[in-house]
Amino acid sequence: MSVCALRVFLQRAAVMRKAAHQTFSQARAFPQCVTGSYTHSRGINTLTNSLRAEEKVTVHFLNRDGKRISVKALTGESLLDVVVNHDLDIDGFGACEGTLACSTCHLIFEEAVYKKLGPISDEEMDMLDLAYGLTDTSRLGCQVCLRKDLDGMILRVPDVISDARVDSEKESSTAPPKV
Amino acid sequence: MKMMRMINLVRGSVMKIHGLSRASRCLAAEGGVRGLSSSSGPRVCIVGGGPAGFYTAQQLLKARQDAAVDVYERLPVPFGLVRFGVAPDHPEVKNVINTFTQTAQHERCSFHGNVNVGKDVTIDELRQAYHAVVLSYGAEGNRSMGIPGEDLPGVFSAKDFVGWYNGLPSNKELRPDLSCETAVILGQGNVALDVARILLAPVEMLKETDITQNALKALAGSKVRRVLIVGRRGPLQIACTIKELREMVNLPNSRADMLPADFEGIAEALKDLPRPRKRLTELMMKAAKEGGDDKAEKCWGFRFFRSPVEVIAGADGKRATGIRLALNKLEGSGESARAEVTGQMEDVDCGLIISSIGYKSIPIDPAVPFDPRRAIVPNEMGRVQDTAGLYCSGWVKRGPTGVIATTMNDSFDTARVLIQDMEAGKLDLSVNKPGAQAITALLQTRGVRTVLFSQWEKINAEEEKRGKFLGKPREKLLDVDEMLKIAWS
Repeated sequence: MSVCALRVFLQRAAVMRKAAHQTFSQARAFPQCVTGSYTHSRGINTLTNSLRAEEKVTVHFLNRDGKRISVKALTGESLLDVVVNHDLDIDGFGACEGTLACSTCHLIFEEAVYKKLGPISDEEMDMLDLAYGLTDTSRLGCQVCLRKDLDGMILRVPDVISDARVDSEKESSTAPPKV
Repeated sequence: MKMMRMINLVRGSVMKIHGLSRASRCLAAEGGVRGLSSSSGPRVCIVGGGPAGFYTAQQLLKARQDAAVDVYERLPVPFGLVRFGVAPDHPEVKNVINTFTQTAQHERCSFHGNVNVGKDVTIDELRQAYHAVVLSYGAEGNRSMGIPGEDLPGVFSAKDFVGWYNGLPSNKELRPDLSCETAVILGQGNVALDVARILLAPVEMLKETDITQNALKALAGSKVRRVLIVGRRGPLQIACTIKELREMVNLPNSRADMLPADFEGIAEALKDLPRPRKRLTELMMKAAKEGGDDKAEKCWGFRFFRSPVEVIAGADGKRATGIRLALNKLEGSGESARAEVTGQMEDVDCGLIISSIGYKSIPIDPAVPFDPRRAIVPNEMGRVQDTAGLYCSGWVKRGPTGVIATTMNDSFDTARVLIQDMEAGKLDLSVNKPGAQAITALLQTRGVRTVLFSQWEKINAEEEKRGKFLGKPREKLLDVDEMLKIAWS
């Protein structure tokens, strides 16, 4: 599938999410960017217009192996969208596909950038609480959307437990044992 | 609920494109035909088609472009606890099925359902046919309370109760009696909270999920109005997570009913807690303090510092009518606090008792070492003790705790260790192994026919079709013979 067709498909997906939000009262899985950026219901013409209107933002991911991956992504995309659309090689990222049912899209932000991000919902906080290596500047990537003022930000992909002998529940001082 | 399903479908397609583009790059490198018998790459066998099995397979396929992986599963249907354990009202958690489906459909992967490893084929036979075998068969048993009366009608393990509402074939005849007012659940982990929530959730909400129709009917006629969730230790040791607690607090038409005495000293301890434990405890205390609408028909609550000592039978001795609990005190603090007996007892009237104190793995084959105390296969980082070429991942390796993501990371670890061993020459890849071809032929001589992934997809289509008729995502088939009939039609 060509990149362009893929992008249109994803934009259509975003419009569907917005449409769903209008009828689904508890929009817990939808980040602010999706509900905020598309303010009218659209047809395909205005879809392509909004494609042109979106801007490119550079984002750097510091992967677990120490390598830096830099991508140019679109404003409005969530960081999970970015990882998926650009096919970034991050193991196990986004297991629940952006529905706030896991913490595998956990990313660590620079402090100054973290402070600029939108508010964090209880639902996001609940799942973030389960993330290994939680920091004060951690967020779930599926809930953070790109804006122009986030251009150039560096995101660290946190380690997950790599030593099978380490009991994750004990290692993380925060998480209780859970099923 | 319908919207979430639509979103999940869209999301699933997005992830599919992600996976497909990656898989197609892998394919280009190999350019092979499915099931090449002359392939000289490593052949790996995975026992168990749940999350551990699929995540291990995924990582192996990604790390070695020449590896072929075969997943064997006892049931005709894949996905293990994602299908039979995750609560029906948590469909987002089941999104991982999309990535498992991609793995199963991968060129170098094949799924074989309806194969009982240990009975239809031995581990030694698998080890002869493959370069490496990974045990990912999870925990199908449960820890027993070990108290008198545990086998009385009215007492169930959470594993069986969850299996019943999730359509596990071996639990379809469970028929729990829901005509009592009070249910007591022993254990306070997420499984216990799932059971409590399903017992008290409005039927209007449940009827749009993939809960089985017979469970739905039973719950629609249920008289259970009060659920107590009992734990040995205190509020600071509770094992559930905040998402599940919040769902209880937000349950329509229900209120929280807890004992202030259980929360003595907790407010003072809050400030020193790490954020996740602090938020969880604060929410619990808020629920305990505020209770909820007095007019609510249903109530639920935690009871702390209590251990079950006996199930009390009714006058006829034929079924459970109550439970005797021993009161504990706590020694120490934090995660390692211990419950110590005080000698005091308390009786609670109830007609439904569900023990949710842990799943348990069982030995699969005498040739495989097994630690009966910890109920796991003894291993070092996933390498089975004293058995070259045998590995394990998931609950059978670490014990039955953790969410799907925990199992995912654990499975990736085992896969990496296996790859390391391949590259270090610890596994002799120079000898060709016949893999699935040999095993399928062997099974045939024993009258065992496997279910291929494309055949599971026929079962899947039938379930979705039946579900559509009922306004549900799927109506699960409950009978293995019916599954096989459809698979092989």
